[in-house]
Amino acid sequence: MAEKQASRVAYGEELLAQGRINEKIVVCDADLSQSTMTCKFAKEFPDRFFNFGIAEANMVCAAAGMAHSGLIPFVSTFAIFGSARAYEQIRNSVAYTGIPVKFVLTHAGLSVGEDGGSHQTIEDIALFRTLPNMTIFVPADAIETKKMVRAAIDIDGPVYIRASRPVMPCVTEEDTPFDPYKAAVLREGKDIAIFTCGLIIDESLKAAERLAQEGIDACVVNFHTIKPFDNETAVEIANRCGAVITAEEHSVIGGLGSATAEALAGHSSAKFARVGIQDKFGSSGTPARLFHEYGIDADGIVAACKKLLAE
Amino acid sequence: MDLAMQQQKAVQLRADIIKMLYLAKSGHPGGSLSSLEMMMALYYNVMKVDPKNPKWEDRDRFVLSKGHSCPALYAILADLGYFPREDLWHLRQYGCQLQGHPDCKSTPGVDVNSGSLGQGISIAGGMAIAAKYLKKDYQVYTIIGDGECQEGLVWEAAMSAAHYKLDNFTVMLDHNHLQIDGDNDQVMGLGDIMKKFEAFGFTCYKVEDGNSIEAVVEALRKPHNGKPKFICCETVKGHGVSYMENVAGWHGKAPNEAEYLQAMKELGVEIDG
Repeated sequence: MAEKQASRVAYGEELLAQGRINEKIVVCDADLSQSTMTCKFAKEFPDRFFNFGIAEANMVCAAAGMAHSGLIPFVSTFAIFGSARAYEQIRNSVAYTGIPVKFVLTHAGLSVGEDGGSHQTIEDIALFRTLPNMTIFVPADAIETKKMVRAAIDIDGPVYIRASRPVMPCVTEEDTPFDPYKAAVLREGKDIAIFTCGLIIDESLKAAERLAQEGIDACVVNFHTIKPFDNETAVEIANRCGAVITAEEHSVIGGLGSATAEALAGHSSAKFARVGIQDKFGSSGTPARLFHEYGIDADGIVAACKKLLAE
Repeated sequence: MDLAMQQQKAVQLRADIIKMLYLAKSGHPGGSLSSLEMMMALYYNVMKVDPKNPKWEDRDRFVLSKGHSCPALYAILADLGYFPREDLWHLRQYGCQLQGHPDCKSTPGVDVNSGSLGQGISIAGGMAIAAKYLKKDYQVYTIIGDGECQEGLVWEAAMSAAHYKLDNFTVMLDHNHLQIDGDNDQVMGLGDIMKKFEAFGFTCYKVEDGNSIEAVVEALRKPHNGKPKFICCETVKGHGVSYMENVAGWHGKAPNEAEYLQAMKELGVEIDG
């Protein structure tokens, strides 16, 4: 198994690697390049790196101007500011035209930890999901992050990659195929399916282990692409297992849970419940403590699975 | 086309603007009429463009940041042959390539989508940065409105234009002093706009009669001095139609039939069906 690495670090490495072979790639940041890890690209390609200071709206529109000029801009900052702060700029200057601006926003979700609720975006996927033309990736680990960066370059349109602050264990391998339009089964199971993404994949796999010890055979599926959503796989697995839990580091409103509910409605009679942030803001604490308190760690997922199966 | 002929042309384009808004039954006459000569100064005198090849890579770029004034842009683009003049009479209708606000996907000659105020100037700045990186010598021009200057994004864009020393970038202000709710100074005063852009690092010029093509062209030909350029054009909202001039109420309202006929009479333009 490959080394543990934060998705933002993997992003910084792959961005540099792709920058070396594609001169169309330029990078925009808003005074957070040391955290988003675009600093690596900036150091090697100072003439292709544009710091816009703490002005996210202008960064997004300027990137749109670069995309209109034939370039492939990568835009990075913290997810809270890159999504919500600049939302109408993303909508009107990027998504409306469908131009290839790539948003790789880091420090998403509760796992920012100690910085607290003001900096923990739990609604970014919901915001991006409502935009026509947008593709949304949530990387499972460092390896998948790099594959997503390459896929994003190939997609002729805007893409959002949701990267995280903490180090992530690897749940995929270098030779695991990455099909942006197909969810990946990480663990087979027949009693219940856990649809998950990002940092919660590891929690879901731990939950499945514990459920196995209690005789419950749980399937774990990596829904790395939230949009376009793989409705077909969702319905097929739901109908096979008869029970589905979604588990994510995002509000239960508008994220993976919502996408799954929309996919299953009218197409599956499987039991269904959403594990995620239950319509409230985050708070300060270690990521592990927060995951536990908000019920999105292995404990929370095991409890949710048992409750659903008992219904 | 010499400048005297261009002023004649302005009369015809003004009539086209009024007619398309009359037929559309909605839209923005005031700012279209105030900024018409600014756009004519660009398209008939200064900008390198090719109507037969709207996506020509080395063309100068124009972003109408105050996108609601697009009837003026559409009238010019039709006159230059980007699309048939007849299309103007279907402005804002479903299926027409002329959207209520500029849409580069549907309209030949429109470089970017604009209309959400503040975004156009910022996109244009990004285009100027890209031109520098790509080592292209084309120029990027944008027209902003005075009410638009209340958007914080205008100032973020101004700050970065100076930071990146965008001497290929010109920001023109359609300073007609009026916005939807009234006079700028009543709604949210701009203060000394020349001094503000100067303080943000622009080389600034003022055009006392922004409805004179000649005066605007003269300012456009003045040097950048290694900085982005700002041209404050003093204009008259609703210019050329007596009852629209300097009346905020004509910001976003279409003329009715009587008003349309009166405007055509004032302009001395025959109604061509």
